[in-house]
Amino acid sequence: MFKKWKLGVALFAIVGMLAAFGTGCGDDDDGGSSDVKAAFIYVGPPGDAGWTWAHDQGRSCAEEATGATTSYVESVPEGTADFANYARDFIDQGYGVIIGTSFGYMDDMLALADEYPDVVFDHVSGYKNNESNFGNTFGRMYEPRYLSGIVAGSATSSGKIGYVAAFPIPEVIRGINAFTLGVRSVAPEATVEVVWTSTWFDPAVEGDSAQALIDAGADVIAMHQDSTAAGERAEAAGVRWVSYNSDMSAFAPNAFLTAPVWDWCNRYTEIINQAAAGTYAGASWWGSMADGVVDLAPIADDVSGDIKDLVAEKKQAIEDGSFHPFSGPINAQDGSVLVAAGETMGDGDMLGMTTFVEGVIGSTG
Amino acid sequence: MSEASMIGLLTAAVSFGALLYLAALGELISEKAGILNLGVEGMMAMGAVTGFMVALETENAWLALIVAMLVGALFALIHGLFTVVLGAEQVVSGLSLTILGLGLAAFVGKNAVGRPPGAVLAPVDWGGLSDIPWVGPILFSQSPIVYFAIFCGVVTSFVLTRTSTGLALRGAGESASTVDASGHSVVQLRLGAVAMGGALAGAAGAYLTLCLTPQWTEGVTAGRGWIAVALVIFGAWRPGRCAIGALLFGGLLALKTRLQTFGVDLSPILLSMIPYVLTIGVLIVISIRARNRPSSSPAALGQAYRREER
Repeated sequence: MFKKWKLGVALFAIVGMLAAFGTGCGDDDDGGSSDVKAAFIYVGPPGDAGWTWAHDQGRSCAEEATGATTSYVESVPEGTADFANYARDFIDQGYGVIIGTSFGYMDDMLALADEYPDVVFDHVSGYKNNESNFGNTFGRMYEPRYLSGIVAGSATSSGKIGYVAAFPIPEVIRGINAFTLGVRSVAPEATVEVVWTSTWFDPAVEGDSAQALIDAGADVIAMHQDSTAAGERAEAAGVRWVSYNSDMSAFAPNAFLTAPVWDWCNRYTEIINQAAAGTYAGASWWGSMADGVVDLAPIADDVSGDIKDLVAEKKQAIEDGSFHPFSGPINAQDGSVLVAAGETMGDGDMLGMTTFVEGVIGSTG
Repeated sequence: MSEASMIGLLTAAVSFGALLYLAALGELISEKAGILNLGVEGMMAMGAVTGFMVALETENAWLALIVAMLVGALFALIHGLFTVVLGAEQVVSGLSLTILGLGLAAFVGKNAVGRPPGAVLAPVDWGGLSDIPWVGPILFSQSPIVYFAIFCGVVTSFVLTRTSTGLALRGAGESASTVDASGHSVVQLRLGAVAMGGALAGAAGAYLTLCLTPQWTEGVTAGRGWIAVALVIFGAWRPGRCAIGALLFGGLLALKTRLQTFGVDLSPILLSMIPYVLTIGVLIVISIRARNRPSSSPAALGQAYRREER
């Protein structure tokens, strides 16, 4: 009789797992403007107010812009067979575009792209492509990061800014550096202290890291994390906060300064249109503020008009190419020259960035 | 490091410690009665999501805490049904409870994700006590659940060692047939202990979403339930020792990121390993010690009791 109960337990486990990976479906379209069906595979829930939320906004906006049919499945873990299973399922249902929004999907997507040469696969945040039906997409987040640094630098009075960051990988280090360069463009003596949490998502640790930085004297907290916990601590402690991913002002209305944010609408529209026209090239696409994929959220009302004007001016200069956040002279954290005067860091060096700039306190691990 | 940072570290140690302690205390009660419940993580998630959602609906954080505890208890009784009433394998049932709890919480809380909290349990105002240097911020500026955890620890310790119910409950975990022969119902004792464990795990979950990080998202428990299970072993099944362990583990959790602001250049990846390395170390010490003297774990832990069998 025990076997029966073990079976019962197993059934419970299966029910639990099904509940964990709930799916959602987009609306069917009349298909007049486009016959493309695009499926999005998300690493988190669209309600996270952060990374996945921004992708889902992009999806529904692109659906409206193109008339394509879109669907998504959320909270698909990396490094498991789930990604490929969902992708195959979508392809069986006639989906011709598969978009994956997390780094860990990369190799699965590459393999699937070989297997299904007629399906377009676009991977967000990776570095591989096959020059036909598998390409990658990312944004030059360092541009709005620099702008958010200007706002943070204008808001600090202690000259100490805290930065809660996930992992010491080039993407995060690049963001910290761009932010710090922005800070020091208006507050040359200010420092940016980094705490690594070793997690993308653990609200308790993220909040506590912000608290640790506040205890150490920081009066502005910036972050490269997926939850809003750091902002809640900043709000409670009466300091300011630069969020990330999306406009998170609702979570900490008094602390919120601004945020470097994602806007995937144009890029997703472009991918769907290219898939429909058969022009998708499977290339590497690193979009900028000028492309609209990254931007700065509205700046808090109490920030002075001068600073807002300065940000607008720098934004214009970045967009028209007359200014680049990583143009010299820039010193590394140890005082050595990172970018010489008159030079600008190339994409390759930016993508492989592993050292901090002057003004950052902390170790790159 | 500054005084403010040191105080901040100790404050966070107490606050994280209380979270771990509540969950560990629940597991301790359950294990004392002979039922190993590896569903702590799932019960915490259920408490976290229901607490947050009740707070959203009613804007009453105390009601939210009570509902979270009730849900935790009811959820734990699923484990009770399988293991106590039906005598199923405790490890399998407990693991299933964790998987079910995490999944169900994600499902139930879909519409609560990313919403600002309806109500939070604000720190208790102890008046002048909160102004005492060091002690004030560390002990007298915490959220009510921290004091609730201490209260539960004292009550548990008292009930287990000084009351006949406690004796019977411990008996159910040491030698169930003896307790049965003495006229107590093993099933009732064990179910009660399991439900109590679930209630405290639910409270720990609610502590997360009503105090520590007032929001709900999937994965908010982040493995803390497993640390609580380890903590029971670390504390040798004694509420007092578990409290010390909880402070230590809580302190390590707080230290993980704070060491960096103290200017200690240790890899963050190494730092995040410390609590787990320590848990493994304690397990090693305990198993070495168990060779020389009787084990401190309840003798009938993990064993189903059926009257007709011996």
